Amino acid sequence: MAATSGKLELEAQAPYFRRGLPNKYKLFLMAFPFLVVTFLFFYLPIYGWIYAFYDYFPGIPLSKTPFVGFKWFRTIASNPIQTEEVLRVMKNTLAMSGLGIATSFFPVVFAILLTEVRTGWFRKIVQTLTTIPNFISWILVYSIAFTLLSVDNGLVNTLLVKLGIVDQGINFLASNSNVWGPMILWYWWKSLGWTAIIYLAAIAGIDQELYEAAEVDGASRFRKIWHITVPSLVPTFFVLLLLAIGNLVNNGIEQYFAFQNAMNKDTIEVLDLYVYNIAFSNNFPFATVVSMLKSIISVFLLFLANGLSKWVRGESIL
Amino acid sequence: MRSSRLSAGSAVFQVVNYTFLGLFTLSCVFPFYYLFINTISDNSLSSTGYITFYPRGVHFNNYIDVLKISGLGQAALVSLYRTVVGTLLTVGASAFLGYLFTKREMWGRTLSYRGVIVTLYFSAGLIPWYLTMHNLHLTNNYLAYVLPSIISPFNIILVKTYVESLPASLEESAAIDGAGYLRIFGSIVFPLCMPILATITIFSAVYQWNAFVDTAFLMTDTKYYTLQYLLYRYLNEASSLANLIKNSSDLSAVNVQSMQTPTSIRMTVTMIVVLPILLVYPFFQRFFVKGILLGAVKG
Repeated sequence: MAATSGKLELEAQAPYFRRGLPNKYKLFLMAFPFLVVTFLFFYLPIYGWIYAFYDYFPGIPLSKTPFVGFKWFRTIASNPIQTEEVLRVMKNTLAMSGLGIATSFFPVVFAILLTEVRTGWFRKIVQTLTTIPNFISWILVYSIAFTLLSVDNGLVNTLLVKLGIVDQGINFLASNSNVWGPMILWYWWKSLGWTAIIYLAAIAGIDQELYEAAEVDGASRFRKIWHITVPSLVPTFFVLLLLAIGNLVNNGIEQYFAFQNAMNKDTIEVLDLYVYNIAFSNNFPFATVVSMLKSIISVFLLFLANGLSKWVRGESIL
Repeated sequence: MRSSRLSAGSAVFQVVNYTFLGLFTLSCVFPFYYLFINTISDNSLSSTGYITFYPRGVHFNNYIDVLKISGLGQAALVSLYRTVVGTLLTVGASAFLGYLFTKREMWGRTLSYRGVIVTLYFSAGLIPWYLTMHNLHLTNNYLAYVLPSIISPFNIILVKTYVESLPASLEESAAIDGAGYLRIFGSIVFPLCMPILATITIFSAVYQWNAFVDTAFLMTDTKYYTLQYLLYRYLNEASSLANLIKNSSDLSAVNVQSMQTPTSIRMTVTMIVVLPILLVYPFFQRFFVKGILLGAVKG
């Protein structure tokens, strides 16, 4: 909070603003339309949680649908098929988040490798070109995957067949058994260069004298990286790690929505996608139940991550 | 002895390092190149996987033909509309609100500000949001693309922080000259905020251009489809794409080289959607980089 003007100054300048309505209300009135928009799109949906307690079916107004209390909540535990499905989706969700966290050191390594490059133009080219994929949508990433991996005319299959490694093209994108690994690879293909920028900035902020002193002491390249660069990246890494923990159940929908098909549905359905899919099959009450529980869990996780941050760093991440 | 062994290790490291970075960079660029050479190559070769590293039978008919597909021009307009209008609204609103929230004399400032910022961390969930949009009659409605994005808490924080860093004397002297809040915002704060607004503009524009999940949720009528969503449909409904080609008399080509195939249409549409980003990116790279660093500092 950069308090630029003290209270005294404000009172002194207040009369110049005064025309009719007091300034404090004038300011509020100016912000009011935007507060209404905020309310409509971010707070009104909370009221939508009541759909979880009705046997709602699209097309029939809520007033004419029976109130069923916690019926839809109970089906998670009481209906074996439902239980199995929720467990499967949770497994996918935690697997994707877990893999993301387990590989979250990738951008650190990438940033360190990039700073070790002494050729200026090469470093610049690598940095510029590797950030491009971050700015294309997941639909486009999927289209690229589709183009490279398609069975009859994709580059990968054409090469594999030509080199005699396989007789027939492999349908990489329509397989249930191999989803998590490729998903995480595509994720890093898209965001590695971009995420590394944060670490590159952190490396640029390291005091050069530390390296010079280490050099005088005869430290090798690797020792300098290990004892100077890596420790100074730990705080940034830790903040991003905590944010990832806060987002454990929020994988987002875009990537999985784009890559989803009838063949890989069982292993690609994360919570966000699952909610969309059950709503799409018109089961709105249950979709609302899952949405609602997910929101509550993610707020809890966020507080947990924030608490961890306060405890370890003495600072909040929010 | 020791130093020579070290430098040998160093040399190996450098070779491995340059190779790895080079290969990864290539993997980021090659797909775009591969798509491009396929869209300008003989379609019969491209659809059977013959075009791998360089184009063959170069022609540019795909780009002309694809524009004749019914629905594509409309989708391009919708994409353009949401990118331009959506971005203008976000940037304008973020600038104005960011400025208002620096005014400590505002009634209910703390509560309003927190109420806006909390939405960064909490949402009611996808389905309650959808049902609300439905009840507000924002399904199959162009406004649905631009209204919700007016409020962007993150951008508001960025502007607020930026305005707070400006010298207070500028606003004060204008106030003494009798300028009201709107006047001060319009002729002093807004122009001074240009650097941060440029960053916000470029990020919102990319976001709007790339968005597709809201179309999937909210729009059932094809006239509201964006380019991204249309491409998604093409990718998932190969059969409908084949029918589309069969039924569009405009696409009946004179020779086999430029005869449209599902592959050629898919790739060409992909290129058309990707091109604006690839063209804009080099010029605005510094804004992008600034954007992520601002975000990092904020925390």
